[in-house]
Amino acid sequence: MYAQILEERRQSIGTGGDVGRTRSIRCETASVSGAVSQRACVYCGARVVLNPITDAFHLVHGPIGCASYTWDIRGSLSSGSELYRNSFSTDLQERDVIFGGAEKLARAIDEAVERYRPPLIFVYCTCIVGVIGDDVDAVCRSAEARHGVRVIPVKAPGFSGSKSTGYRLACEALMKLLEGHEWDGEREGVNILGDYNLAGEMWIIVGYMRRLGIPVAATFTGDASFERLLRAPRARLNVVQCAGSMMYLANLMEETFGIPWVKASFFGLEDTSTALRQVADLVGDDEIRRRAREFTEERSRETAKLVGPYHGRLAGKRAAIFVGGGFKAISLVRQFREMGMETVLVGTQTGKADEYEVLGRLVGPDTVILDDANPAELERFLVERGADILVGGVKERPLAYKLGIAFCDHNHERKHALAGYEGVENFTREVASSILSPVWRHARG
Amino acid sequence: MLDLTPKTLADRKALRINPCKTCQPVGALYAALGVHRCMPHSHGSQGCVSYHRTFLTRHFKEPAIAASSSFTEGASVFGGGANLRAAVKNIFDVYDPDIIAVHTTCLSETIGDDLNAYILEMDIPDDKLVVHANTPSYVGSHVTGYANMVAGFIRYLADPRAPKGDRIAVFPGFVNPGDIRELKHLLARMGKDFIMFPDQCGVMDAPMKGVYEMYPDGGTPIDDVRALGGCRHVYALGHAASEEPADVLDKKCRVPNTVLPLPVGVAATDAFVMAVAAGGAVPEDIEDERGRLLDLMLDVNPHLHERKLAIFGDPDTVAGLTAFALELGMHPKFVITGTPGEAFVHRTEDILAGYGVGDCTVKAASDLFELHQMVKNHPVDLLVGSSYGKQIAKAEDIPFVRLGFPILDRYAHSYMPMVGYRGAMRIVELLAGAIMDRYDRDCADEDLEAVM
Repeated sequence: MYAQILEERRQSIGTGGDVGRTRSIRCETASVSGAVSQRACVYCGARVVLNPITDAFHLVHGPIGCASYTWDIRGSLSSGSELYRNSFSTDLQERDVIFGGAEKLARAIDEAVERYRPPLIFVYCTCIVGVIGDDVDAVCRSAEARHGVRVIPVKAPGFSGSKSTGYRLACEALMKLLEGHEWDGEREGVNILGDYNLAGEMWIIVGYMRRLGIPVAATFTGDASFERLLRAPRARLNVVQCAGSMMYLANLMEETFGIPWVKASFFGLEDTSTALRQVADLVGDDEIRRRAREFTEERSRETAKLVGPYHGRLAGKRAAIFVGGGFKAISLVRQFREMGMETVLVGTQTGKADEYEVLGRLVGPDTVILDDANPAELERFLVERGADILVGGVKERPLAYKLGIAFCDHNHERKHALAGYEGVENFTREVASSILSPVWRHARG
Repeated sequence: MLDLTPKTLADRKALRINPCKTCQPVGALYAALGVHRCMPHSHGSQGCVSYHRTFLTRHFKEPAIAASSSFTEGASVFGGGANLRAAVKNIFDVYDPDIIAVHTTCLSETIGDDLNAYILEMDIPDDKLVVHANTPSYVGSHVTGYANMVAGFIRYLADPRAPKGDRIAVFPGFVNPGDIRELKHLLARMGKDFIMFPDQCGVMDAPMKGVYEMYPDGGTPIDDVRALGGCRHVYALGHAASEEPADVLDKKCRVPNTVLPLPVGVAATDAFVMAVAAGGAVPEDIEDERGRLLDLMLDVNPHLHERKLAIFGDPDTVAGLTAFALELGMHPKFVITGTPGEAFVHRTEDILAGYGVGDCTVKAASDLFELHQMVKNHPVDLLVGSSYGKQIAKAEDIPFVRLGFPILDRYAHSYMPMVGYRGAMRIVELLAGAIMDRYDRDCADEDLEAVM
């Protein structure tokens, strides 16, 4: 027997038959109290966006948990400093909660500078910092003056919104970083926004740009460094990959620096090729456009040849998708279609109304669409729609396996790049390796 | 990654670097998963529970369910009572557990939410239960949270009027399902009628059956938690994890207890077996298990004797591993935990003194940055602890054995025991394997031999 669907949750669950036609999906709201939500919090949102800045000192001001849980978790790779992979915290104790933690924070910053001399310090304030009344702004200002390095507070108590709120806070922190670095000279190339270099994906995208002859000014924030980020205002265009986390920054940069943006997904053959051609059209000359055309055609052909043998074995299988953002979900639906697979369930933690509309138009009428799902709902629809594989994050993996459904991680635990043409190959292999595992022979009676 | 760690030790008063602990609620959540048909509930922001579930899933490779009060700005100002009421109603309506085990967070503790009052005033369906424990994240560690939640169940449920019988109870401590299965094996061989509490077997190592069960077939039945009040004796394993709950049970229901170290290694397992046997005979097949362990320890002695090692992790686990390392003739040089509390230091120093080891640094409330500095200054032959040691092991090129919590980068550990004689055999296999693999890796070609 399936668990009930909570009354408050009904508006967050629809199908391809009605979403975008007769109704919309309720989203971007707080989780229902008591729900076993798969969602994270404001701090988490801010942390995942800023964490890949490799030479920054990421200092968590609060009790130890939030620093422990975000210690080296994301799989963002670095070509330079590895400072960001450590866990730094003020580890607030009971006496700090009673007497205030501002002094301890100031001292922790001093100790950090003494040991690591970072060019940039982010101070993440977790749930209780505001409640105990620490004046973090003042501590950060005075530390900046004392040490001559940027110390940027990120006030991200978990209760102050959703993970998306945290994305916005991170974007604001990044804008604060760029203040005073306006560029009057000639503009060149692009910034890449919303890729976090998981398994080296930023390197793949930057490699493509180089191949086409398009310079990359700064990357947000995969494999970023303090110095490189400051070059961002020199770019002609912002290419936004993970729209959920970075559209806000793209808009701010358009207002402040006059840099236009384009959304571009590098997941799947079709989306990758479209993205590259689009960027070439927007910033390139005829030569670059020609290169983009040739490169995308050549790589598409090669990749299609490589993944071709798998398609026969995957065609007709049914996919379920539960990921962080809507833009990625849209790409994944298309990618499964390229593989001859139908998406029977698609949901996100933080998708937006317009993205759910696109999904509604993209999927079949019986496909379930849902926002902020809980395990009971996922279980119910996975079984009901006969999914063969679930694409999700760490919390969904064992759920899928228990149900006898294959799984592919498209979140923090991926060790193979899933972006670009290389990503199409890896993704196809991963999906195939799970669906075709011989273990299922023994598991399904 | 750790090439920035300086060799020179300098005083650090405010900055925690690479912790050797996490916060209370995740321990409370794990404890609550050891009760049958229980929904753990985090009274705080929704991110907490997301992190805790992820953390547990990464260690156990199992779904870890828990609900959240999902605090908003309003709740953080006016208190989380309304959120908790709504949550409890929703959880019973939708997920239908028999019991909800609420733990607090740094936020709900700081704003002063009174869980006792909230739960008293709440409408709870007749056949359902709500219990709670205070688990402020800024006190102790995840081990403290585990102990507090276990004590919380006892405060609410253990029945002082439960009929007194011959049953015993065992509090297994903060260990894996594989350990609990090993304890059950020993108890069953000794013919004991026992209550294991809490008991994550079947929940955090649920078999694959092609269905997802939110409440799998496992966990201590609620009636057994009630019946703790009638037990003849409690064997509480691990001081940090089990002493407090045993005390609470004694105060509430006058059930006497024996607090023992986690049964890791020969002497500690002996102590557990003898205590449980309570003067009765120990069955021959347990004697044989012990004999096989001793046999193995003699066999492996040339490879382990006088090897220096550093051990880090949770206090009970680390104390147990230190004792067993000494029994193997190894030489612990650094023994640290992130969990605060000097009792751990005294107990561990006593164990070391029993083997005449006076030059081992034992520290509570330490972190892995400090441990790294220690082993940089005084190299060891082996590092033992959670996955977070792998960076140190790589930076200093030390053989590394993963034992403890959490293990995020290997498989099968949660099914395997560390406790009991057979658990000790597994530890020997891991320790000796790591050291001998290293020898094979580093030795000259002419020294690489099939026979070792």
